[in-house]
Amino acid sequence: MPQKLVIEAINDALREEMRRDETVFCIGQDIGAGGGVFLVTQGLQNEFGPDRVIDSPLAESAIIGVSIGAAANGMRPVAEMQFFDYILPAMEQIANEAAKMRWRSFNTWGVPMVMRAPTGGGVTGGIYHSQSLEAMFTNIPGLKVVLPATPYDAKGLLKAAIRDPDPVLYLEHKKTYRSIRGEVPDGDYVVPIGKAEVKRTGNNLTIVTWGLMVHYALDAAAQLEQEGISIEVVDLRTLLPVDNETILESVKKTGKALVVYEANRTGGFGGEIASTIAEFAFEHLDGPVTRLASPDIPAMPWNHPQEAFFMLSPEKIAAAARKLAAY
Amino acid sequence: MPYSFILPPLAETTAEGTVGRWQKQPGDRVKRYEPLVDIMTDKVNVEMTSPVTGVISEINAPEGVVVPVGGVLATIIEDDEGSTPPAHGAPAPQAAAPDVEATHASPLHPSATIAPARSEGRQRMTPVVARLALEHGVDVSQIGGSGIEGRVTKQDILDFVESRAARPAAVAVTAPVAAPLAAPGSRAQPSITPGADEEALPLSPVRRAIAEHMSNSKATIPHAWTMVEVDVSLLVRLRERLKEDFRKREGVDLTYLPFVMKVLAETLKEFPLLNSSWGGDKIILKKRINLGIAVNRGEDLIVPVIKDADRLSVAGLAHGIADLVARARANTLSPADISGGTFTMNNTGALGVTLSYPIVYPGQAAILTSEAIIKRAVVVDDAIAIRSIMNMCLSFDHRILDGGISGGFMRAMKARVEKLGPDTAIY
Repeated sequence: MPQKLVIEAINDALREEMRRDETVFCIGQDIGAGGGVFLVTQGLQNEFGPDRVIDSPLAESAIIGVSIGAAANGMRPVAEMQFFDYILPAMEQIANEAAKMRWRSFNTWGVPMVMRAPTGGGVTGGIYHSQSLEAMFTNIPGLKVVLPATPYDAKGLLKAAIRDPDPVLYLEHKKTYRSIRGEVPDGDYVVPIGKAEVKRTGNNLTIVTWGLMVHYALDAAAQLEQEGISIEVVDLRTLLPVDNETILESVKKTGKALVVYEANRTGGFGGEIASTIAEFAFEHLDGPVTRLASPDIPAMPWNHPQEAFFMLSPEKIAAAARKLAAY
Repeated sequence: MPYSFILPPLAETTAEGTVGRWQKQPGDRVKRYEPLVDIMTDKVNVEMTSPVTGVISEINAPEGVVVPVGGVLATIIEDDEGSTPPAHGAPAPQAAAPDVEATHASPLHPSATIAPARSEGRQRMTPVVARLALEHGVDVSQIGGSGIEGRVTKQDILDFVESRAARPAAVAVTAPVAAPLAAPGSRAQPSITPGADEEALPLSPVRRAIAEHMSNSKATIPHAWTMVEVDVSLLVRLRERLKEDFRKREGVDLTYLPFVMKVLAETLKEFPLLNSSWGGDKIILKKRINLGIAVNRGEDLIVPVIKDADRLSVAGLAHGIADLVARARANTLSPADISGGTFTMNNTGALGVTLSYPIVYPGQAAILTSEAIIKRAVVVDDAIAIRSIMNMCLSFDHRILDGGISGGFMRAMKARVEKLGPDTAIY
């Protein structure tokens, strides 16, 4: 099976969906001839032309607003936010219009729109290019939020998102773009939205996480295996609707849960996971449900040692897991 | 490190225990949870397992010695893996990892501190440990924890349950240490090899305990036996009238047993000598009336105790019985539940039989059965009538009781039971 980078898997998914369905189009800043700031859409305008790969003005509310209108009228827009940090000017369109359209119209109108946004830090991106804002969107029912960690999931989930009848926020961890390579089968397949995956099985402790942290958790689990600690890693893949069944099944087996997320600790989506575990797996718990997250500091520092302090790492995850396993 | 293996409080009223057979000797290696010694207290026989892994350096309390709670039974040189120096040049694994506490050293991260497993004598346990302890009837304080601060982990309790299953009966009903019990095996028969057309069934620990103590009772107590026929026609009518409402209101069945036990508690007050035990050179009267009830569990039998039964109404007894029977069958009785009985009641009528010859529970003076209720043609006022008849049988220790007092007790029981009728209050 061919090995691909995450960024190649996303590009393949866009290309294949645009070939399959001519209502699919892309819109975003510099995504045409420029191929986007990360080159995710490289080559698409050559194949599909400027009417289907549209360079937009520097106005996120317009990008999303246009996409909502198009989607409501039968198109399948894929809107690119240059960085997840920049999505905030479009918040009103997303939260008040896109997410509520189906409900408000008594199931008459839908918004089959995908919003792609590069999330996360660890690339010395500093304040404006590093945030993990997923919890702001998981609190908006009507949206779907996915965050693949591997090339396989990236391609399959993007296809599922494009074919979904409702708005999907598709988050891409920018550090995985060119650092994570994996097997991706040729041809068409989808990864269903709403299904987590156990990326590693173990017995002593469950790590629940998503995005880049899946890879850090797998690294930590490999370290801890040398010490005789057996870790199960659950990759959520979809945050909204979250797959509680898989989480609870794992935690009931291991009795211990470490929830790892790159966002700031307070109010992060991991708090929701921890709360669900405490409520529904209570009688199976053999230790405190523990969160490991970035500190509540306003922004990711650009200064490299400070960024290392801020960001989670396989070593920090291993230390937290070691401590919980010993409880 | 030397570890002092002490006698813990095995039941709430236990002050001391007699040391039984040691399964290990000084110099032997012992693993954690491995059975080490039998301890006999007044009502409970406990097989104690080692709390640590190591080598036994000394047996401080040899077989037959009476040890107070907290007394040292043995000294074990504990294996201390932490003291093993790492191989040269190999860094300790923890040293390589950065200290995650650096990012946790703020009041925003309260999880950085972990509460000790024990504070002010109260044991804390995680939810899963609490649940498993309940499901398997395990006293968590008897398990050495491998977690932080000695906390008992899920794995510790699963290991304990597994080791107990491999060699069950951490707690089994046994006799009190009446006669010299120094040599429990002394009455044991030589082992017999089954023939070609025979099959050997292994003894469960409970079966072994029953055999031991029934033999002990029959060998030491001179049994005598007596029986009365009781006309329970009015009681049958009373129960028929009450039982549906009772089940709806109380959630448990109203059987005949609580009625008989209510009468039994009253009659024991009238005949206190029936509520006593043989003390070698004296008779020991029991001031409390704690009624053991024999609960058939299919493969074996256990005798949980309703404490202070004389203070309970018929309804209260019905609840007490239902609770103990349920927990006996779920195997979740605690040592306290099966200790302290002063008289035993056996409702053999539940088995459908009409006449039994029970064996006195060791340490008590007598045992009463209530047999199956059968409609029979009997003579009432010189006419033949159909009445509901129940036999009650009494076995008693003839050292303590004679036929005169036993007969008086049985006549009083009969009179009281026959008085139960449609007007009797059950609350």
